[in-house]
Parts: sequence; C-alpha cells; structure tokens
Amino acid sequence: MTSAPTMIPPNSSASSSPAGAPAWTPDQPLIRIRDVHKAFGPTVVLGGVTFDVMKGEVICLIGPSGAGKSTLLRCVNALVPIDRGSILVENQEVHDPKLDKLALRRKVGMVFQQYNLFPHRTALQNIMMAPIHVLKRERGAVETLARALMRKVRLEGKEDFYPGELSGGQQQRVAIARSLAMQPDVMLFDEVTAALDPETVKEVLVTIRELVEEGMTCMIVTHEMGFAREVANQIYFTDRGVVVEHGPPAEFFTNSRDPRTRQFLSQIL
Amino acid sequence: MIATRDGALPVLKPFRLGGGSAPRPFRLKARHGVLIALALCLAIGIGDARAGPAAPSILATLLKWTPLLAQGFALDVAMSFLAMGIGTLAGVAVGLWLISLRAPVRGFAWVVTQIFRNAPWLVLLFYCMLLLPFELHVGGLTIPLPDWLKATFGLALPVMANVAELVRGAIRSIPFGQWEACEALAFTRRQTLWMVILPQCVKRMMPPWMNLYAILVAGMPLTSIVGVSDSMTLVGDILSSEGRNELLVPMYLYLLLWFFVYCYPIARATTALERRFQIR
Repeated sequence: MTSAPTMIPPNSSASSSPAGAPAWTPDQPLIRIRDVHKAFGPTVVLGGVTFDVMKGEVICLIGPSGAGKSTLLRCVNALVPIDRGSILVENQEVHDPKLDKLALRRKVGMVFQQYNLFPHRTALQNIMMAPIHVLKRERGAVETLARALMRKVRLEGKEDFYPGELSGGQQQRVAIARSLAMQPDVMLFDEVTAALDPETVKEVLVTIRELVEEGMTCMIVTHEMGFAREVANQIYFTDRGVVVEHGPPAEFFTNSRDPRTRQFLSQIL
Repeated sequence: MIATRDGALPVLKPFRLGGGSAPRPFRLKARHGVLIALALCLAIGIGDARAGPAAPSILATLLKWTPLLAQGFALDVAMSFLAMGIGTLAGVAVGLWLISLRAPVRGFAWVVTQIFRNAPWLVLLFYCMLLLPFELHVGGLTIPLPDWLKATFGLALPVMANVAELVRGAIRSIPFGQWEACEALAFTRRQTLWMVILPQCVKRMMPPWMNLYAILVAGMPLTSIVGVSDSMTLVGDILSSEGRNELLVPMYLYLLLWFFVYCYPIARATTALERRFQIR
C-alpha cells in the first residue's frame, strides 16, 4: 500500500495571520476596537473608542463634524496611526510597528468623500489597477471582474470614460467598484455622499444598499439619517472623540437618552 | 447710491501688486521676430551705405557665410538637446530624492539642488571645462572628452537642478487624496509614484519644462566664452576674417534671427499646452 498523501489544509492561514495571533474565525468580531486614542498635536480626536463589528454587520457612525468619525475609519486601515489602544482586524493588530500594512489594506476597502479616482486612467483602468499590480492577478480575469463590477454599479457603457467625463455620482460609484475589485472583507465609507448634489446621492446609496444586502461588512460615516436608519444594524453617535450612545436604529432614533444625541438629532431631523 | 455709467455698483476689486493681471513669464511673441527682422533690414541698409562701392553687398556676405553659421547652430542645437536630456534624467532622480522619506537623502538632494540652481550658469560652465579631464580612462578604454561635451555637462547641471525643482513642485501639487486612495488600495510607495503620481505630473511639468529648454537654448552662446566653436564663436571668426566694420551689427542680428526662428515655435507650443491644460 502506498503512503497516504499528506493533508494540506486548503486555506493555509499562515499567510493571512501573523505568527502569534490566533487565526480569525467568523464568530469573532471582524473588527475589534478597544480604547483607541488619537491626538493631532494638542487636539484630541479620539478619546477612548471601543466597539466591535461582526462579520456581515453594518454600523453607521454619526455625529457632528470634528467628532473623529473619519479619523476612526482611517485608523482601521492604518492610514492614520493610533496613539494608544488596540484595533484588531481579523485578529491582526493594527497598532503594531511590525504590521504588514499592505496585507491589512488588501482586506479593508475604503471609499472617500472626494472619490479620489485616478484622473489619467479610464473608469475600467481605475478598477483594474490594484488587482493587477497589488494582487498580481492575471489581466484577463481582472478585466472580466472589472466589467462585472461596472455592471453591478450600473455604469455599463462608461468603461472607457475618464473620471473627468463622469458626474460626481458616477465617479463615486466607480470608486466603490474600484474598492470592491480588491474583494475586501470589510468596506469603509467616509461621507461618500457629502460632495454630491441631492439627486445623485440616491444612486450612490442604492449601490451601497445592494452591497449591504449581499452581506458585506460595512463601516459607514454618514449624515444621511434616513439611509442610516434603513441599512444599519448598529448606530454609533460620536461627539468629541467618544461614543456617546449606540443602539439599533429603531431604538436609537426614537429613545435616545443622552442630551447631546437628542440635541444633534433635533437639529438634523 | 453711487453707480457707474454702465449701472454697475462700485465694488472693491481684488488688489494685485503691479496692477493688471497676474504676472506672466516672458514669452516670445511674433512681434519680437518682426522687430528683429526689421532691425536686420535696417542694419543691412546702413551697412551697405557705409561700405565702399567696390565691396560686395552685406546681404550677399551674410548668405555666403550661412552654411558655416548653420553648422555652428547645429552644434548649439545638438548640445542643447544633450544637455536637456542628461539634465532631465538626472533632475527626475534628484527630484525624487527631494521627496524621499529618508532625511539624509532628502538633505543631500536639497543641497545639490540649491547649489546648481543658484550658481551662475557661466560659473558652472567654467568649473566643468577646467575640472573635467580631456579624456577618461576606464579600464583599458580611453574616452575622449572634447570641449563641446564638457560644456554640455556644464549646462546639464543647472538643467538638472531646475528639473528637480519642477518634479518636486509637480508632485506636491497632486492632491493628497490621490496618495490616500493608493494607500487604501495597498499600493506600495513606489507603485503610487510611478503609476499614479508621476503620470499626472508629466502633464503639469510639460510647459515649464519647455520653457526651461527655451532658456537653455538662449544660454548656448555662453559656450563660446569657454572656447566651444558654436554659432557665436563662428560669428566672431567670420567677422575677423572679413575685417569689415559695417558687417558687425547685421551679422549679430542675423544670428539673433536664427535663434528666434528656433525658439519661437517652442514658445508657441508651450503657450498652447498651458492653455489646453488649464481648461481641463
């Protein structure tokens, strides 16, 4: 009898999780934020934020401007280093000098308020660049994926347009597709509709809602309260760098207890 | 209420030093060429009047020497091409060092840029002529370094420093969001620079880069001072061999016209490019 073939686990986790950290399992928080502090000079932006995001969960961060919402998002994919505390993304510590930032960012997609598309490349090329050059995937397969994503964000036919030839809403949807092309485990949305005019806000929100329905884990910073109420599992209200109050939308919008939350909601609703 | 005659209310207009519009860099215009051509015609007329009846006409003399002058001018163009090429390649490298994340590299590049950008071109030219050997020995190979090549290196130095500054400025003018988007997509710094930032810089750098070339061409006669037989040197040779006083002004104006004919299309193209990029 010949020797039995050695079993190799199909999903070798050695590359995805650093040595020492236990492999992440779906019952653990996808993102685990603990007591995160961040200051820019004397200005304290985050003063001890703590919460979890489970896989498939959608959380919305709301609050007055300057509350540290955008900074918190940027801390999650290590665009901004944190001063103190811990952020685990799939059990990988972000607050670690030895962190493989590129490996982290492959798992975390981000969409910006100002779209930040590459103006010298067409919509399709914008989507294809990162999978080809970062993930080193084969061009043909990436192009198929990119065309599928353009269809998904309802921009079929605009593949060869340059960003300057697209409307704000269209550009933002290309930006979402570009981020999705990396097939991230979680998406961060940083006030993605704040730079858009009211009519085009809807088309971008529809795209995000479809993502949510597919089970994408999302952290969304937004001022669109109606949208937040509709898609969020949890709403976090932040003010001056701390989470003041949180809860499921139905509860949050009707029974908020903290006076700061109530004042904010009364101004905005 | 005070209203002007056309009904507009008086408002405080934005104040700019020196009045009018924002300062624009000097650019060659067609009228400059017309002016040079007119001056040349005038000089030829005056020269002919001063010459004796037996002497050949000024125009005929100019045409007689044109082939030789063309040779000298060709050398000017060749040297300017080479200096621009070398200077641009080196300048892009130094420009990237200027934004390096490593402080010593950045500091070194800054010193290099400051020295070669602020030193007078003629001084750099003299240094290169005097400090570079007339031939190089690499292994068993002997590479001759003729004067014109040394002069080209001398002019490539200020070009390098200016291009370095252009590169640095262009990179800094790219919105920060582009860097952020690249970081979020897990691009390395090198990928970000070469695939996203620099391609966008090329367009922005084109007009000032062409402007720099026009300035370099205008500086080519400097090489005649250090003994390269460029067009300027040749004009001197021609004048001394002809030995005719009345030829002096027409000859130099003639050479000036050559330079104008070469530089004017570049200036026009630069302006056209600038205008096109402004609209986008």
